Amino acid sequence: MLAMARKTIVNQVITLFLFFSFFCVVPLNLVAGNHTSSSTDKDHGKKEEPNIGKMIMEHVTDSYEWHFFSVGEHHVSLSLPVILYDQGHWMVFSSSRLEHGQASYKGYYVADGGPNIGKLVRKDADGKEVPPQLDISITKTVFAIFLDALLVIIIFLSIAKSYRKRKGQAPKGLQSFMEPLVLFIRDDVAKDSIGEEKYERYLPYLMTLFFFILFSNLVGIFPFFPGGANVTGNIAVTGIMALFTFVITTVSGNKHYWKDIFNTPGVPWWLKFPIPLMPFVEVMGIFTKPFVLMVRLFANMVSGHIVLAGFISLIFIFGKFGVGMAYGVSVFSIAFAIFLDLLEVLIAFIQAYVFVLLSALYFGMATEVPNHH
Amino acid sequence: MQLINPGIGLVFWMTVAFSIVLFILGKFAWPAILKGLKEREQSIQEALDSAKEAQEQMKRLKMDNDKLLREAMEERDVILAEARKIKDKIIGEAKEKAGKEASAIVESAKEKINSEKLAALREIKSTVAEYSIEIAEKILREELKDRGRQKKYIETLLEETNLN
Repeated sequence: MLAMARKTIVNQVITLFLFFSFFCVVPLNLVAGNHTSSSTDKDHGKKEEPNIGKMIMEHVTDSYEWHFFSVGEHHVSLSLPVILYDQGHWMVFSSSRLEHGQASYKGYYVADGGPNIGKLVRKDADGKEVPPQLDISITKTVFAIFLDALLVIIIFLSIAKSYRKRKGQAPKGLQSFMEPLVLFIRDDVAKDSIGEEKYERYLPYLMTLFFFILFSNLVGIFPFFPGGANVTGNIAVTGIMALFTFVITTVSGNKHYWKDIFNTPGVPWWLKFPIPLMPFVEVMGIFTKPFVLMVRLFANMVSGHIVLAGFISLIFIFGKFGVGMAYGVSVFSIAFAIFLDLLEVLIAFIQAYVFVLLSALYFGMATEVPNHH
Repeated sequence: MQLINPGIGLVFWMTVAFSIVLFILGKFAWPAILKGLKEREQSIQEALDSAKEAQEQMKRLKMDNDKLLREAMEERDVILAEARKIKDKIIGEAKEKAGKEASAIVESAKEKINSEKLAALREIKSTVAEYSIEIAEKILREELKDRGRQKKYIETLLEETNLN
């Protein structure tokens, strides 16, 4: 238990570090991005520098279309449906009508700055930018979520089929590739954290969580369609998964779990009465646990994508000083990018593991039965 | 702040998609996979256990066999020894019986010979007596042919009788 606690603390320190380093990176990009709007497009010399920051931000954030590549002024992209509910109407139209964020359709356009940057807004009567009441468009990230979900479903349904068909036989093909991971989650994560009696109840959720995160991470690293989308580096995605963990933890919390929160054993009484300091801290803990889950995965994945994109962008930044410079830098950049890509594969596994391990630990805490009181 | 400002659409679709994945996999994939794994593990464990048990049984059987063999040998020895004893006894008894019988036969033979001898002697005696009477008769007949002699003889005989 102590070793687990220490591991958790180390994780949290790493997360905090990444979280703050990420905050250091973002403003720079935002500053760089703001240059675009102020600089004139005709000025080619000035145009290239701010484009890098914008490009990286566009890479890691959501968008209404799936942009593949551009040839000159011609953009090759997959147009995705926009679904809006505003002023009592449902509106569904293709994102191609927005012409890559250049045009507006029915008054809606992609905000270039402000609090709703990157999202569809319209001008209200005062000329202020306001978002629609409901925006459930199939964006790039949503589409990528669907693809990842489909991938996970197809893979594991086929594996389940081979388990049914080859009963009692040695695993084969995809089945034998996934089996070590399944066993790892079952034995080293679920069984160890939750305990022999209750782990089976949580296993389906933990498995789904692990493989969804893992596949999303890995597909996100793959640079071409259907990869490249930053699914797990999106706070909404990690937030929903953390919310699932939070709900399951809270629902399955037993008497002992709630007693530990509101009447923490092993602390002096004056920490609980008259000012309920410990209960307050513990109740906060209920919410910080899933919050940390959400932020850790998000920060890890988004920082990986940003740093990778940054290394590739270095080539173009140095390219400004001369073609030779670009070729020279590209050798190092690509070497670093390859190194980082491999690191990202490792992180994809580690973060999926950490998310599931902590979820399992929380379930274990919620269902723990005291045996030494 | 675009990064940490999640859109409601994304939240909605992620919830839907994740719930669907959770439902489909939880219903159709994980039970089958985990059941398959468990069954395989169990069958492997059972196979290992039964192999171990078979080995032990083999060992036990071998031990039993050795024991049986040893016992059989001991029994054989005992039986052989007993048989030898019985044989000796039978032979001894037979010898004794034969000796007895032989002596009995000899004895009876002797008895028979004896009795035959006595019978023969008795027959000889009676024959001799008959012959003697016949001879005596013939002699007497010859002696008592004339009357004088007869009278004289009778008187002698009477005299002898009177004397008694």
